[in-house]
Amino acid sequence: MAETFGDFIDVSPAADSEYLNLSFSPSSVPLKQRWRNNGLSADFLGDYVTTFFPKDAADPATGQRQAEIRGAVAYIANELLENSMKYSDDSLGAPIAITLYLNRDQLLFAASNGITAEQRGLFQAFIEELEAGDPNELYLQRLEAQAMSDNGAGLGYLTMINDYGATLAWRFGEDAAGRPLVTTQVRLAI
Amino acid sequence: MSAIEGEGYRVFREAEENRVVFEGAVRLGGMAEYAPITELLSAAVEAGGTVTVDLRGLEFLNSSGIAMLSKFVIQARNREDVALCVLGAAQVPWQGKSLNNLQRLMPGLDLRIE
Repeated sequence: MAETFGDFIDVSPAADSEYLNLSFSPSSVPLKQRWRNNGLSADFLGDYVTTFFPKDAADPATGQRQAEIRGAVAYIANELLENSMKYSDDSLGAPIAITLYLNRDQLLFAASNGITAEQRGLFQAFIEELEAGDPNELYLQRLEAQAMSDNGAGLGYLTMINDYGATLAWRFGEDAAGRPLVTTQVRLAI
Repeated sequence: MSAIEGEGYRVFREAEENRVVFEGAVRLGGMAEYAPITELLSAAVEAGGTVTVDLRGLEFLNSSGIAMLSKFVIQARNREDVALCVLGAAQVPWQGKSLNNLQRLMPGLDLRIE
């Protein structure tokens, strides 16, 4: 039974004019080497969207807007991929995937990875904490708390919400092969 | 001068001016990987006086890196003999969005975004 948190939207790729999907299969490639892949993929997505926000030499604001959108996409995609890589369980065999949908008024990211029942429990506890509190307060609390310990988990999501004005949602379910999967959706108004 | 270099980035400390300079894109995988940079920043705090952190050439920093910087700001805040100055660049998108949070952690921080 799928469980959703936040305003999770069912997107069908066919209905949307433009999308880009990157998928990485669990394999024998060392984690370190794949970690590097997060930045490369995120930068690629950031560069890719600039096509849709062209610079106009006569209007300097367009250059700034293009840089802002490229930066936001690269940051969000990198955080989503880092999280997927940190928390996915390779033994489940599910790929790590990220899809970026471009619509007229928003960018939508969907990142998914295989997840164990234990990780799912921890993740849902964090989401519940996020939904119950003020993300701004929670962000500062987390920064103060991680000064004492090394637990910086969730900071990526909190920066997306607080600094980038993004809207987040999650779905815990199964993929077509019946493997447990979590999908994180991030919406950014443009 | 002590320096840390990795793929696509460089962090170095100019001891004489007690200045730490970041350049490039830093997206290391968690606190353990950030330890060498944390040590460099800690050395600047230990030296006391005014510590300047120049982020103007830092094009990208992941959330683990933001956590590392926040930890350093809290460390500096807890030292009465340390004044902290952070230099940023408005045209670097992440800095315009996230650097203000450092000042929220340490209201006395001298944040200069040019």
